[in-house]
Amino acid sequence: MSAPPAHSATAPAQVTWADVNRDVIRTVGMPGDRYFAWMCLVALTLACGVAAWAWQIYVGIGAAGKRTPQMWAMYITTFVFWIGIGHAGTLISAVLYLFRARWRTSIYRGAEAMTVFAVMTAGLFPLIHAGRMWFAYWLMPYPNQRYLWPNFKSPLVWDVFAISTYLTISVVFFIVGLVPDIAALRDNSTGIKRKIYAVLSLGWEGSDQQWRHYRRGYGLLAALATPLVLSVHSVVSFDFAMALVPGWHSTLFAPFFVDGAIFSGFAMVLVLILPMRYFFNWYPYITDRHLDAMAKLTLVTSLVLTYFYVCEVFVAWYSGDHFERASVFAKATKEYAWAYWGMYFCNCLVPLVLLSRRARVNSVVLYVVSIFVLIGMWLERFNIIVPGLGHDFYPYTWGTYYPTITDSTIIVGSFAWFFILFLGFIRVMPSLSIVEVKEVLPHPLKHGAHGAHH
Amino acid sequence: MTTASVLGVFAHVDTTVQAIRDLRAQGFSDLTVYTPVPVEEIEHEVEKVRPLSAVRLFTLVGALTGTATGFFLTIWSSLKWELVTGGKAPVSIPPFVIIAFELTILLGGLASALAILVLGRLPKLTPSPTYDPRFSVDRFGVAVACPPEKVESVQSVLSAAGAEEVRR
Repeated sequence: MSAPPAHSATAPAQVTWADVNRDVIRTVGMPGDRYFAWMCLVALTLACGVAAWAWQIYVGIGAAGKRTPQMWAMYITTFVFWIGIGHAGTLISAVLYLFRARWRTSIYRGAEAMTVFAVMTAGLFPLIHAGRMWFAYWLMPYPNQRYLWPNFKSPLVWDVFAISTYLTISVVFFIVGLVPDIAALRDNSTGIKRKIYAVLSLGWEGSDQQWRHYRRGYGLLAALATPLVLSVHSVVSFDFAMALVPGWHSTLFAPFFVDGAIFSGFAMVLVLILPMRYFFNWYPYITDRHLDAMAKLTLVTSLVLTYFYVCEVFVAWYSGDHFERASVFAKATKEYAWAYWGMYFCNCLVPLVLLSRRARVNSVVLYVVSIFVLIGMWLERFNIIVPGLGHDFYPYTWGTYYPTITDSTIIVGSFAWFFILFLGFIRVMPSLSIVEVKEVLPHPLKHGAHGAHH
Repeated sequence: MTTASVLGVFAHVDTTVQAIRDLRAQGFSDLTVYTPVPVEEIEHEVEKVRPLSAVRLFTLVGALTGTATGFFLTIWSSLKWELVTGGKAPVSIPPFVIIAFELTILLGGLASALAILVLGRLPKLTPSPTYDPRFSVDRFGVAVACPPEKVESVQSVLSAAGAEEVRR
């Protein structure tokens, strides 16, 4: 491995193309003891999660504290949370690609990996939640023994289509972006590693014949992924909005969910990118400008979310609907009031710190704000699902949900599952896009000044 | 007919573009240009003599197949068992649009990825003899396929344009 870079955060313009290759490739390979210590901790947490799931399968879904009316409880809360996290990646890689936002290049690979792993984590929850997860294939569109097809008018079936399409397209987009970078890794390695990377790079050589189709295909994939980003969380929101439950049955839900997803997704990107910048010494690539841009997007989505929160309360009052009013009142004042006010604090108040530019470029402040946002967005989904179901039309169906050790352990385990995938990824694949970072650097020119490209 | 191939290695975008222009002007059209990243100036020069990439056709066909499949699957399966669910007619288009939309994106995206593979001739099982590992770092390559007797004139064009290294 080559020597660590000598750049400082103040001299990003001095980076050359060869530096990019070197700085990215040195992050791939045998990690140190600290990394293994983290991996052990994460693996242990994951093992607890798996054991809890096994216990739940053995005992039955009652082990998770599920009883009417709180059948969705924490599992669907966490499912929606993870799907939301999975939003920022494709937003950064597809939407910002189409808008030619050049600051995306340094963060998009990490964000895409995050998306794929977050959706893989989210995908576990319908299985865990369904209890008998070996019957999950019943959701797939195939005729059973009685020639019955799934009910395509059901939002739950739309959800299956939306999530599996999102996962597939995100994975394809992610892999397509990786191919030229794996070729760079291949050219830098020897022995068995070289063979593995050669297979994974599909023999990529960067010839004009390959690039011309690649560029077109990538652009079209981005164009297709853009409406997909907006549709996935809209469809997830239909799971709620199509039901008649007070607090759910609202046309506000689709944009509300999409905005919240982008908000939490950006927070998770920051949570992952800031340590990577520190440990990999990527200051020349992830500069204050990048942090500033991400913080601004977080701030904007927070303000939009605040507006939606206000609308939700206003509509409940203005509709004159007794049950809507009662639902909001119960959320704000009854047993789950802590979650309600915690959500307002984390999602509406804390991000206001980012109005100051000094806070936006301070990685400690950004990190703390991001953690608050993640907590706040989990609480938001909790607020929609648990108090929503716990206080609907008839007092005799009201009920309070208490988490159990089993379901809490499974949820903590899901974070371990996500982090084990992400930590594994950053040591075997380039987590900064070699090609795209080079694309936005000044191209080498013999005659004429630098920076003459488009 | 046997052909020889000559490779010029360049360090700069403008010299690479110059080499492509000069070679074309001398009648050498069988060029392969290696670049570490897609570069607009080079792409512009190379694409001048080519029809537009056909990836978009793949995408279109894939996407339309997806739309058709989505509507077909939902409508046909509802008609197999005409049951009124949720007070909606067996064939109610609005909910089916969601399935059709998702399948449009799914098959359109998969077709685009397939197009990158098929049209870009990937996976490439044997490396090209003219490929050099520096082309994934910071060097550009122009490989010219020409009759053996023209090798020398190609070499001189490449050197004159500013190649760092010229080899057969």
